[in-house]
Amino acid sequence: MTTPGEPGGAVRRSGVGELPLTGTASLFDSGVRTGQDLARDPGGAPPPARFWRRYARKPLAVIGAVILLVLVTAAVFAPVIAPEDPTPQLTAEILADARQGPSWEHPIGTDKLGRDQLSRVLYGLRVSLAVGVGVAVLSVIAGVAIGAWAGWRGGWVDGLLMRFTDLFLVIPALVVLLVVANNPDPSFFGLFDLPPATEVPGMIVLLAALGWMPMARIVRGEFLSLRERDYVEAARAAGASSRRIVFTHLLPNTVGPIVVFATLAVGIAILNESVLSFLGAGVQYPAVSLGQMIADAEDTVGTDLAYLIVYPGLVLFVLVLAFNLVGDGLRDAIDPHSRD
Amino acid sequence: MWKYVARRALASIPVLLLASVLIFLLVREFGADPARQRCQASRDPQCLTRVRAELGLDRSLPVQYLDEMKNFVTGQWGESQRSDRDVSELIGDAMRETVPLAFWAVVVSLGAAVLVGVTSARHPGSVRDHTFTVLAFAGIAMPTFWLGLLVIQLFTYELQQLLGLSQPIFYSIPNPIGSGWVDSARELALPVFVLSVQLIAGWSRYQRAALSDELHGDHIRTARAKGLSERRVVWKHGMRSSSTSLVTVVAIDAGALIGGVVVTERVFSRPGMGTLLLAALRDGDTNVLIPWMLIAGIGVILANLAADVAYAALDPRVRLTSGNPT
Repeated sequence: MTTPGEPGGAVRRSGVGELPLTGTASLFDSGVRTGQDLARDPGGAPPPARFWRRYARKPLAVIGAVILLVLVTAAVFAPVIAPEDPTPQLTAEILADARQGPSWEHPIGTDKLGRDQLSRVLYGLRVSLAVGVGVAVLSVIAGVAIGAWAGWRGGWVDGLLMRFTDLFLVIPALVVLLVVANNPDPSFFGLFDLPPATEVPGMIVLLAALGWMPMARIVRGEFLSLRERDYVEAARAAGASSRRIVFTHLLPNTVGPIVVFATLAVGIAILNESVLSFLGAGVQYPAVSLGQMIADAEDTVGTDLAYLIVYPGLVLFVLVLAFNLVGDGLRDAIDPHSRD
Repeated sequence: MWKYVARRALASIPVLLLASVLIFLLVREFGADPARQRCQASRDPQCLTRVRAELGLDRSLPVQYLDEMKNFVTGQWGESQRSDRDVSELIGDAMRETVPLAFWAVVVSLGAAVLVGVTSARHPGSVRDHTFTVLAFAGIAMPTFWLGLLVIQLFTYELQQLLGLSQPIFYSIPNPIGSGWVDSARELALPVFVLSVQLIAGWSRYQRAALSDELHGDHIRTARAKGLSERRVVWKHGMRSSSTSLVTVVAIDAGALIGGVVVTERVFSRPGMGTLLLAALRDGDTNVLIPWMLIAGIGVILANLAADVAYAALDPRVRLTSGNPT
């Protein structure tokens, strides 16, 4: 199935099933067994009650879920909670408030332009969540489509699609993201315009365009093993169409790995967006991004004003951590064999 | 073994070619238009056409691609469009900054990841194991650039305040032998640490998973039954097979390492490859950009090739089955 020597070939040769490649999506796998175990027990998610009982057994997973709930609530109600406009007209009155320490009026202070930090962090959180969830959804759609097609058809279609996937895995993602995000008016070979990465939709498309590969490989692996099952054979013998087998027998049994990937992909996307914004290539004013806030306050490092970089980063860190904890908890709850 | 290596190397050539096409397309077609970047400040209405012709951007993409490739392969990388210095010279200078950083980060990360992973796998469920798990989660969720800034803040301001020093703490570390090694170690310590955190967190989880899997295997039971010391059982018999999966993950993370280098150099203002890339992007300096990207692509492919070879060296079955089990 693989051309010898191609990058990533070693993973497949190891008989570890399909390790999701690159980034955090792969980091919490119990590595060697996950792929096989999920494939061996294709029951998808167990009945809900048992599922939640298993989930609740892991304290870290529960903590992650609680944190996530709090952060999502805060983001959704940001317009209500935020004490001030995050991107106000810079009047003399606002500018006079620049670089204030924490006070009742500004619980975590103001930035160098006098804007309320708490409001900006809340709105930045909204952008991070929107980007993270958007990228996860798009990468899942693209990855499932390509992976399912490759895994179901097999043969040269599989070979071609996986070569294509590997190619995307070889190029250093962050560097490519930087190059492309730097373009103010991107187009697809002059045929149609693409949304610029300086706004949230463009950023989502861009990050998803370089984030779908692990999903494609996971789904392909699942399909390759599932399609040999007796029940699929039986469905085929009963005259079920390919479409029916794929959509009613194979995809539902792949839900577990898909959900886990999606959760972890949110974290990766959030981190990537923040790095791009920090490097000046991400979403721009008037959208508020946590990475951009940190870049704005970078000149306070080495002074007593450095709390300006602490809060946006802390929110970023806790948000990604919460998604990863939840993703890890879901994995274990879906597949109890995946950990000792 | 050598036949296997040669076969792998040959097979990575088409990947390299396709990757070069993709990289070229991304820079030229999806990246910012260098002519427009140059003409931003110009009032000359002919500026765009003139600069396009100057840079050869008015030719068709395939022609440009072949030209760029010919220049890259023959070593005629031209001059930076900003500083008029030779691109090969610029990249060479930047490499001398970046290679030690990346090298030490990989060495430190591998060492720490193996130690942490082995400790966790040998004592699953222990306090140490739980601590490492929590730390790994934290490490993976940590934005590298933020960690870098926090570390700089700690060492340039907070510690100095706390200890009442007159200068940042790093300059207070004595260098009694006056050795260049101490200087460069002092300079590299923080960037290497920042770059390593995420790698250690990810790799140690892999090492733990792979080894704890291995420790349940029959060959380990046999080794224990023979009366070998636990140390020997773990480090010799367990590590050999579990290291294959770590090798693979390390190679896969080569791309992530390049990204990490860019961020780390930016945060610590080190004049390496990352800083060069950011400057080239800002200035629309395609003469630097395309060789830079190609070198990065070659680096990732070579890392994967090295992993394949290491894999075969560690697991003889790979060579014999010609690596095509599925």
